[in-house]
Amino acid sequence: MAEAVFWAFSSGAILAAFLCVTRRSPVAAALWLILTLFCIAALFVVLDAQFIAVLQVLVYAGAIMVLFLFVIMLLNLGRGGPTDLRGAWGKVVALGLGGVLALELWAVRSVIPADHLRLPPGAVARMSEEQGPVGLISNALFREYLIPFEITSMLLLAAIVGAVVLAKKRL
Amino acid sequence: MLLGPALAVSAILFSIGVGGVLLRRNAIVIFMSVELMLNAVNLTFVALAQQLGPQGQVIVFFVMAVAAAEAAVGLAIMLAIFRHRETVDIEAFSLLRG
Repeated sequence: MAEAVFWAFSSGAILAAFLCVTRRSPVAAALWLILTLFCIAALFVVLDAQFIAVLQVLVYAGAIMVLFLFVIMLLNLGRGGPTDLRGAWGKVVALGLGGVLALELWAVRSVIPADHLRLPPGAVARMSEEQGPVGLISNALFREYLIPFEITSMLLLAAIVGAVVLAKKRL
Repeated sequence: MLLGPALAVSAILFSIGVGGVLLRRNAIVIFMSVELMLNAVNLTFVALAQQLGPQGQVIVFFVMAVAAAEAAVGLAIMLAIFRHRETVDIEAFSLLRG
């Protein structure tokens, strides 16, 4: 059952991602990317990361993609221009380099983590049942990763200030 | 255990993202391809977290925060350049050329 769901959503994600990078219109590309993100959220659920799946839908498919669509519409770029895709040479380079990278990554996909690092099968699913999917992450986030978490807030503050300074006509 | 298949899917998605960056001239679509690559890496983290413990999921959380910051700053840069050049074609973005 889980495998069938996994393969259904991963083929959906790959198909939507391919359409996303090949559609001429930026709006169509953004909408296909949203579908990809939803499919990846479903994959997260299959892989025992329910809270991350919810964040994926809220933050990525919600907030970030709305920002993209907002900018596309603000700049009135809805119709793709004639120079949006590169010419034949560019297509060959993109396909070639993408294919080489895919082959390289394909070769390392069967790497198995060392035995002493691995938890027993189903351990994370069991922890998630005991602590809840949110507790599973928050326990690690607010103990071991407290300082990186606080630094993230500084990063977001810097991004807000940077975005305002860049986008403002005159300060 | 779906570790191998998940890594394979993530490899394909990442390569599609790289192909998109090389194929497109529209800077906004290039940004979207970068987001796709970040998501492929997130999938790798989550797949490995299933076997190595929940720390991988915490890293995904941080990647999402960085992606949000990157999108905000990147799109602001895009707006600033569009105001001067009236286009988001990356061939027109040659401000740093000496």
